[in-house]
Amino acid sequence: MSPRRAPALAPLLVLLLVWLAPPARAEIEIQEVTSPGGITAWLYEEHTIPMLALEARFLGGAALDPEGKAGAAALMAGLLEEGSGSRDAVAFAEAREAQAAQFGFSASRDDISVSAHVLSEGRDESLALFRDALVAPRFDPAAFARVKAQLAASVAAGAEDPGTIARQAFYARVAPEGHPYGRPDDGTPETVAALTPEDVTAAHAATMVRDRLQVAVVGDITAAELGPLLDRIFGDLPESGPPLPPKGEPVLAGSLEVIELDTPQSTVVFGQRGLPRDDPDFIPAFVLDHILGGGGFGSRLTTEVREKRGLTYGIYTYLFTGDFGEIWIGSFSSANAVAAQAIDIVREEWARMAGEGVSAEELAAAKRYLTGAWPLRFDGNGQIAYLLLGLQAAGLDREYVNRRNDLVEAVSLEDVNRVAHRLLDPDALTFVVVGRPEALGSTN
Amino acid sequence: MRQTAAALCLLALLPATPRAAAGAEDGISEFTLENGLRGVVIEDHRAPVVTQMVWYRVGAADSPPGQSGIAHFLEHLMFKATDTLADGEFSRIVAENGGDENAFTTPDTTAYFQRIAADRLDLMMGMEADRMTGLAPGAEGVLSERDVVMEERRQVVESSPDGPFFEARNAALYLNHPYRNPVIGWPQEIAAYDAEKAMGFYRAHYAPNNAILVVAGDVTPEAVEAMARKHFGPLPANPAIAPRSRPQEPPPIAARRVAFDDPRVSTPLISRLYLAPNRRPGDQAMAAACEVMTELLGGSGITSVMGRALELGDGIAVGAGASYSSTSLDPRSISLWVAPKPGIPLETAEEALDALLASFIAEGPDPASLERTRKRIRAAEIYELDSQNARANRIGSALASGLTLEDVEAWPGLLQAVTAEDVQACARMVFRPEASVTALMTRTPAPEVTQ
Repeated sequence: MSPRRAPALAPLLVLLLVWLAPPARAEIEIQEVTSPGGITAWLYEEHTIPMLALEARFLGGAALDPEGKAGAAALMAGLLEEGSGSRDAVAFAEAREAQAAQFGFSASRDDISVSAHVLSEGRDESLALFRDALVAPRFDPAAFARVKAQLAASVAAGAEDPGTIARQAFYARVAPEGHPYGRPDDGTPETVAALTPEDVTAAHAATMVRDRLQVAVVGDITAAELGPLLDRIFGDLPESGPPLPPKGEPVLAGSLEVIELDTPQSTVVFGQRGLPRDDPDFIPAFVLDHILGGGGFGSRLTTEVREKRGLTYGIYTYLFTGDFGEIWIGSFSSANAVAAQAIDIVREEWARMAGEGVSAEELAAAKRYLTGAWPLRFDGNGQIAYLLLGLQAAGLDREYVNRRNDLVEAVSLEDVNRVAHRLLDPDALTFVVVGRPEALGSTN
Repeated sequence: MRQTAAALCLLALLPATPRAAAGAEDGISEFTLENGLRGVVIEDHRAPVVTQMVWYRVGAADSPPGQSGIAHFLEHLMFKATDTLADGEFSRIVAENGGDENAFTTPDTTAYFQRIAADRLDLMMGMEADRMTGLAPGAEGVLSERDVVMEERRQVVESSPDGPFFEARNAALYLNHPYRNPVIGWPQEIAAYDAEKAMGFYRAHYAPNNAILVVAGDVTPEAVEAMARKHFGPLPANPAIAPRSRPQEPPPIAARRVAFDDPRVSTPLISRLYLAPNRRPGDQAMAAACEVMTELLGGSGITSVMGRALELGDGIAVGAGASYSSTSLDPRSISLWVAPKPGIPLETAEEALDALLASFIAEGPDPASLERTRKRIRAAEIYELDSQNARANRIGSALASGLTLEDVEAWPGLLQAVTAEDVQACARMVFRPEASVTALMTRTPAPEVTQ
């Protein structure tokens, strides 16, 4: 209970850690397995524990929800486990429990994520069930009504939650007109209420397609065994779907928007332009962000806002690199009486770093952490599979795992400070504040 | 006051004899130093990584009256200055060695941990030993950290209606036991924290004879014990630390009800909390039965008893479930919750819940469901081997809650041995109205507009 540090933007932060996570000293050998049917997966064999973890994603996700149908992909993902093939929802759940398999299905703005953790004993039977969920979901009326009511309840709760309100309002403000990042992934109370079984069937056809599939497998399985299994799991999905949305440039006016909500604390989301994962300056920017606000304790923002002044429980920044756009985003919560002061400090620190850059000591400390922490991410099958999928999502190659620390080590003080001057833009820093902040009013 | 060279030499001569734990999980061993520090080593050689945890046998429920949450406040202060390190230096050193760290407080325990490259364990252990008895936070840092905890309370508890609701519910269940107080503390008592209170609590509870070191990862038991002897061995035991004895619950005689409303509630909720047995040293069978019962009743979504009856078909609920934390120093609770569908009153949900419990007590579990539950529990133990942190957590929390390693090892077998009759016996014992609180959360009605 009550952990000392609570990431304010937990779901996004997890994604980010995967993309930006630091590399290993120990050589990790990742194989690429291509099935007879042409499906490829990254595989890391680990036979110590009789289980495997499979993580996969279908690029697109909620970004493919048609206009007015926000929440369709989320509802579809929630229904994959609710009956498929010859089994209704209960029969499917009982069969999965009998195999002691653990499945996960979810939709985000960028993808549909699917996950299976299965025991070696009964592995093929477990993965046959997983296949049924992906390929042959029934979307039975009873299950549809039940899961839709759950999604509606969750969306209604989000509409009262300051963090959710702030995040959604921020993205709505900065996403270009009509871009899917501007709408909530899970939909609004109105769009969810209007969803029909046909919408869910359409979302399945649009998102769960083979040519947007990425797969990572870690655990007790060989490459020879995995190949044919990939075809059995994914082979019956359609080849392709409708076009993906274009990437969007965020619109950042340097504004501050206050959304009045009766809470004792103001929740603040802020951001400026980010940069794509394949930008040559990405690694220096990642190191820079670590020093600014990405690194938690020891970062400049945590030191100034939390440690020195006690104005927040946690403040974070990170480089969000989505498939359809990038942004440099951050968040914190402060008592209404001091939120304005905390915002001033964020602006000052942003400007100070843009002007002065970082010191050699700060850079050295950041590199020591980032390179040292990389191997920590390789100590569990589930964790490694998730990491490998993140690397694929970022468009990196298998050898990146072993090269990544060298890339961080190669970042010079000149690189970081050049990137600080080039990218950090205090005037464009845009804020959304949810609460009753004192002495703070909206600007346009 | 802290370590002396002479003590170090003397202790170094003592033989290192880590004991392999009898039976159960492979690669787990334990040792005890002369000053009372317990050590547990969990070998996992898959990656050159180690998790170090230091558990103190003190938690939120040990806070003195009027100082609720002081254990958690002290947890924050443990990252401040010591006799040898300046403010922030602990975290800086962990980070510069590529480690991740954090800490947490529960009603019964306080734990600190780092995940780091295995060859940095010695450095980390030295720093944990340093702050075990050498904490010396400056006055200014204490006050700003108090503000941080207040912000934490606002963010974690007060920013949603659920936080205050569950606090009100818990406070109504326990009439006398300090489990009634929130781990983070009541706001007016947080506001009154000072260095003296925190350091008084620290001196009373932080000592090697009140701590358990758990190291999981790419290490050997011999090396860990030698390291522990070097760093923790010189610290003096605190003879004033006695087994914990907190105010206990009187025999329950009155069912309690809590009505809570908040304008932010989007889905009304009924939450029922019953006093329940805990795992006790050498006496875990009833807790095992209750663990299996809770899983069967509401631990697996639509295949659980509550899911089938309340969510499927014409069920009245959007969601329903049950949870139980059996690992605690004193008896705690089993919690049940039902979120009715829009338009269904909470009273209807409560009637449905009570009818379901009555028939479960009368009929007991379905044998096929019991078998699936057993299998799921067994499999969870295999999946858990994949996570160093989860293993260290499970063992550390058990030991810090008064159990022994033998109890930890016996637990999986006890869970598998639970019969339908055992499940029914737990249900009969626990589901008594007089041992419960029924808490209703509703949305505050909008004020009527008069013209």
